[in-house]
Amino acid sequence: MQKQGIYKIITNVPLTKSVYKMVLEGDTSNITAPGQFINIELAGKFLRRPISICDWNETTITVIYKVVGEGTRQMAGMKEGEELDILVGLGNGFNTNIDKMKHPLLVGGGVGVPPMYGLAKKLLAEGKRPTMIMGFNTAEEVFYYEEFVALGLDVFVTTVDGTGGTKGFVTDAMEQNGILYDYLYCCGPEPMLKALHRGVMTGGQLSFEERMGCGFGACMGCSCKTLTGYKRICKDGPVMYKEEITFE
Amino acid sequence: MKDLSVNLSGLILDNPIVPASGTFGFGREFAEYYDINILGSFSFKGTTKEARFGNPTPRIAECGASGMINAVGLQNPGIDTVINRELPELKKIFHKPVIANISGFSIEEYAYCCERIDKEEQVGIIEVNVSCPNVRHGGMSFGTSPEAAAEVTRAVKAVTTKPVYIKLSPNVTDIVAIAKACEEAGADGICLINTMLGMRIDIARRRPVIANVMGGFSGPSIFPVAVRMVHQVSKACNVPVMGCGGVSSARDVIEMMMAGATAVQVGAMNLKNPYICKEIIEELPIVMEELKIDRLSDIIGIV
Ligand SMILES: Cc1cc2nc3c(=O)[nH]c(=O)nc-3n(C[C@H](O)[C@H](O)[C@H](O)COP(=O)(O)OP(=O)(O)OC[C@H]3O[C@@H](n4cnc5c(N)ncnc54)[C@H](O)[C@@H]3O)c2cc1C
Ligand SMILES: Cc1cc2nc3c(=O)[nH]c(=O)nc-3n(C[C@H](O)[C@H](O)[C@H](O)COP(=O)(O)O)c2cc1C
Ligand code: FES
Repeated sequence: MQKQGIYKIITNVPLTKSVYKMVLEGDTSNITAPGQFINIELAGKFLRRPISICDWNETTITVIYKVVGEGTRQMAGMKEGEELDILVGLGNGFNTNIDKMKHPLLVGGGVGVPPMYGLAKKLLAEGKRPTMIMGFNTAEEVFYYEEFVALGLDVFVTTVDGTGGTKGFVTDAMEQNGILYDYLYCCGPEPMLKALHRGVMTGGQLSFEERMGCGFGACMGCSCKTLTGYKRICKDGPVMYKEEITFE
Repeated sequence: MKDLSVNLSGLILDNPIVPASGTFGFGREFAEYYDINILGSFSFKGTTKEARFGNPTPRIAECGASGMINAVGLQNPGIDTVINRELPELKKIFHKPVIANISGFSIEEYAYCCERIDKEEQVGIIEVNVSCPNVRHGGMSFGTSPEAAAEVTRAVKAVTTKPVYIKLSPNVTDIVAIAKACEEAGADGICLINTMLGMRIDIARRRPVIANVMGGFSGPSIFPVAVRMVHQVSKACNVPVMGCGGVSSARDVIEMMMAGATAVQVGAMNLKNPYICKEIIEELPIVMEELKIDRLSDIIGIV
């Protein structure tokens, strides 16, 4: 169930040159699953900005965002104590109730990494043994490595230029480290989603992005075609099952 | 006690607030935010004969504080599914007459869909969106010529019993000529305006933001254009006008009504603030008190 509320910024700090972590205080009672997102209203902008939930507890929500345009630049300039009007509890989120799954593989690319954090916590709490692969372009961009390690799971880093971790793409790390897994969860840029969709034989769930009008299912701005019909990425997604996805 | 009720061709609305087609789906998503029965009515998503996916994405572009562009392209499940699935669901959450927004790509398609929807008990008014391209005539929108708009009106009126409102496009040189042609062809009312044709460019990537290149611009910055057109049309026609375009506050509603609107539709603002219609309905009596208005219907067209 989606809700609107006013949230107070209690932390807004850079993690890398262009990626920031923001912790917001307010009602979190309607967040039901990792992989859901929030939609943030910004002064002087008509459309809200969708950002994935990285982590949450009874009173706070953590998001991690990259500065890519005017809206995210504005967010980066905000101070502790400032307030934001946010729609919370949007999207379906990841389903962790998967039959026979014991060793899920979590793959995050760039700012696709954050939703994997909340997912990893949930899977661990449910007694699963997840492995995490995080993909970046270069070592300078890496964030949240220690945080994932602190959760107590195996974490692999890849960088396209080889300045950190395995050189290449997340698929290279999967091969070179002989990672065993029985299910896939992924969030990242479309080429990564495509490669994993093609290359991975197990079942899985992939999280998608699209430009949004409302973020709560009303405008049909974010539709995509799937093998099970037309879906709204904001409401029926952003997480889709591997079996239903088509990249035509 | 303030009287907010208005009369649209015999249909009495508790208040003039009507969410605009395409920004309110079939009501379900908003029913998660508030009880949508407080609305005067609402206009559901533009429905066509066949199911449509609409345009490729991206379909949405930001336009700063002023509004947004959409090129959804009439994605809808088609008239059969709307009647068999959406309307029964809608009945559970909305207990007032609803406005059925119908689109088409030929005269026959408009007539077919309107005849079918006319038989649905919950439909109070049929709103015919003539901003669609006429595929048989080089894709020119029906709403850009008085003759084509009148032809659609006549065809729909011939097969329906409920009030028919023609929803006009602002992308024309003479809105009054088109509105009058519709009135003469039998329209029970006019709704205006639909979105204005617009475009944004991603200057870093040197390409249009929207896959369809162009789209419909709407939101607060089109309000003055909408007020002007509502004023012109309501002065020239004798049928009621539903005003639409850029409305974002109770004051806007009053302004639109003074310009000549009997009911007022709220579009893009629902996407930004899902509570906007509820807030406007709550704010209206306060602003009426301030402006010494007892009956909202008294101010229709006073300017
Ligand atoms: C479900 C979902 C979850 C997301 N989670 C995160 C996250 O956790 N961290 C993060 O850094 N980013 C995330 N994004 C991407 C983020 O929404 C965009 O980077 C952001 O909206 C850019 O806004 P801007 O004003 O800075 O950029 P501009 O380019 O100035 O924005 C212009 C318009 O385009 C939209 N837009 C631009 N890029 C994207 C994009 N990639 N996806 C969707 N809309 C876009 C904006 O929302 C805005 O409406 C997510 C997107 C979606 C759809
Ligand atoms: C996302 C979106 C979808 C729309 N879909 C329709 C539609 O299906 N049929 C229609 O007649 N108008 C449609 N419209 C136009 C609106 O109903 C309204 O006329 C227009 O947006 C101007 O009002 P506004 O400025 O309040 O948004 C749509 C508008 C938006 C923003
Ligand atoms: S953004 Fe409006 S339906 Fe998804």
